[in-house]
Amino acid sequence: MKPFKKLTSTILPLDRSDIDTDQIIPKQFLKRITKSGYGEFLFYNWRYSSKGNPNLSFELNDLKYKDSQILLTGNNFGSGSSREHAAWALLDYGFKCIIAPSFADIFYNNCFENGILPISLPNKIIEPLMLKCINKPTFKITINLLDQTISNISSSKSLIKFEIDSARKNTLLKGIDNIGETLHYESKIKAFEDKQGKYKGILPF
Amino acid sequence: MFDKIWDSHVVHKISEKEFILYVDLHLIHEVTSPQAFDGIRLAKRTVRRPDLTLATTDHNTPTINRNQPLKDKIAELQLKTLAKNCKDFGITLYDMKSPFQGIVHVIAPEQGLTHPGKIIVCGDSHTSTHGAFGTFAIGIGTSEVEHVFATQTIRQFKPKTMQINLTGSLPSGISSKDCILWIISQIGISGAREHVVEYTGNCIESFSMESRMTLCNMSIEAGARAGMIAPDNITFEYLKNRKHSPNHQSFEKAVKIWSTLKSDPNAKYDKVVDISVENIEPMVTWGTNPGMSTPISGKIPELASFGSEAEQLPIKRALQYMNLEAEQPISEINIDRVFIGSCTNSRIEDLRIVRDIVAGYAVNKTVQAMVVPGSTSVKKQAENEGIDKVIKDAGFEWRDAGCSMCLGMNEDVLKPYERCASTSNRNFEGRQGHNGRTHLVSPAMAAASAIKGHFTDIRSWKFKT
Repeated sequence: MKPFKKLTSTILPLDRSDIDTDQIIPKQFLKRITKSGYGEFLFYNWRYSSKGNPNLSFELNDLKYKDSQILLTGNNFGSGSSREHAAWALLDYGFKCIIAPSFADIFYNNCFENGILPISLPNKIIEPLMLKCINKPTFKITINLLDQTISNISSSKSLIKFEIDSARKNTLLKGIDNIGETLHYESKIKAFEDKQGKYKGILPF
Repeated sequence: MFDKIWDSHVVHKISEKEFILYVDLHLIHEVTSPQAFDGIRLAKRTVRRPDLTLATTDHNTPTINRNQPLKDKIAELQLKTLAKNCKDFGITLYDMKSPFQGIVHVIAPEQGLTHPGKIIVCGDSHTSTHGAFGTFAIGIGTSEVEHVFATQTIRQFKPKTMQINLTGSLPSGISSKDCILWIISQIGISGAREHVVEYTGNCIESFSMESRMTLCNMSIEAGARAGMIAPDNITFEYLKNRKHSPNHQSFEKAVKIWSTLKSDPNAKYDKVVDISVENIEPMVTWGTNPGMSTPISGKIPELASFGSEAEQLPIKRALQYMNLEAEQPISEINIDRVFIGSCTNSRIEDLRIVRDIVAGYAVNKTVQAMVVPGSTSVKKQAENEGIDKVIKDAGFEWRDAGCSMCLGMNEDVLKPYERCASTSNRNFEGRQGHNGRTHLVSPAMAAASAIKGHFTDIRSWKFKT
């Protein structure tokens, strides 16, 4: 996993709430057995007509945002299915950070597993920012994960702080492999299993 | 109850919030596991506890013509990959030919693998189903599947707890599906986000295990991390004599321990919600998420009732997608397709209800209707009870077990703009097929609408048997 430290980019505004993972990556693309190549199918049913032509009114097809690495969206982003393909598709397309008022639990976790930074900000910041990005597609912000700040977001030029759990932050900053970390505690896993042994077939503990 | 299960599974406490928990049962299927197997191979790791891992094929699996080669070659590769992975790592697989195959959340309980007090994970959001037995059961992503393979543990941030206390008694003819759709309409589709929900109340105590599973299954549709119900005699009776349940003496011992799991009378929850079930009607969704629903006697709501223009926007969009108008009575919505199945409603109890409704009737000539049992065992049991005959005589298709049109990964999909009464769990845009229109209902409501060709109130249904 690539570490996430700092990012300066324009922002693609997708002003909808409750976007579920079925929309992010529709089911017909879940049959592959690899992790890569899902970007071209991101938001497929919204991005293309049933004949496969680009739907020009959909934000992702707006060339002004084609290099945006930050997605700005509504409440409860990533709800529904646990498919990690949603995170793989967003990353493969080029999004490294998603800003929303809130995220669905499983999706939120899947982001960290793939080096994507999900940032929750209150509506009072999101709403004017959304307008700004719609009106000025060249508008850029800089996200600094170490300091947990976003620069240039408000007109006052002051930095905005965002919240993130310190362990999750560390995972992203260092691009840590969680499995490797957990395996440091293998002796504890073994001890747990040994204790469990005497209840075998009755209870898991 | 949640704390008791959590505490008993802590392998290591990383911080005040983050823990490493032991996983008692890891369920896998063809769609969310291949990349996880690749991951452990690449890192030269292995599956730590194949004996605590069980695989089945359900998402992609055809429900018809199983003896023929798959038409969809990409799907076939995914199924073959699962078979190879299971063989390489020594994992039991219930494949399409197995008498135990079925939807992952149907087979684990029916095989007696879902026990109170366990932690169960699966790369599927509806893992919450197993909470009906007093387990902590959660859906996970593929990276976490890989983590469980390698370590038999999960890293978890401790969620908050929420009690949903159902007060009053449920009117007759109302199912737990109506109940959960009502709950979601009340608390919203993110109302339980970051929480593990425990359902309590008198009406739960009288619910069968099948009904409890339906309730817990759709907890994720309210955004919950998991849903749970305290184990009781109904739970223990269900588990008795199942293939993987503890036998004889150990069963009694197990019941003693399982009985201690229920929440203490003075248990504290981070959030408590009381919801009266006294006036619940059969529910029908009209929009593009499971929270957009109304009772059968109701109408599509007016836009103005949703507040500001910004708040009306998603409703407008949903109605446009569904091709419905405000103020339209629910009972006047005509349907083209009926799907009875999915991990929400495809168990034997659901099929018995469908049989009772359709016996002596014929599916409306404007409707194509199918029943997809949740597992091959459910299918066999239904056939032993003669349910299949009644259902087929009425004009329903009787399929093999799988997820089928709940998510439409196999050939079972809606054609564009078709309208479907479905017993599944998600009415998202395109879920059952590109531009398909899904209305979520109970099995009884789906069966009755197949006969009538439109939604109808099953409380006044004239049974012919």
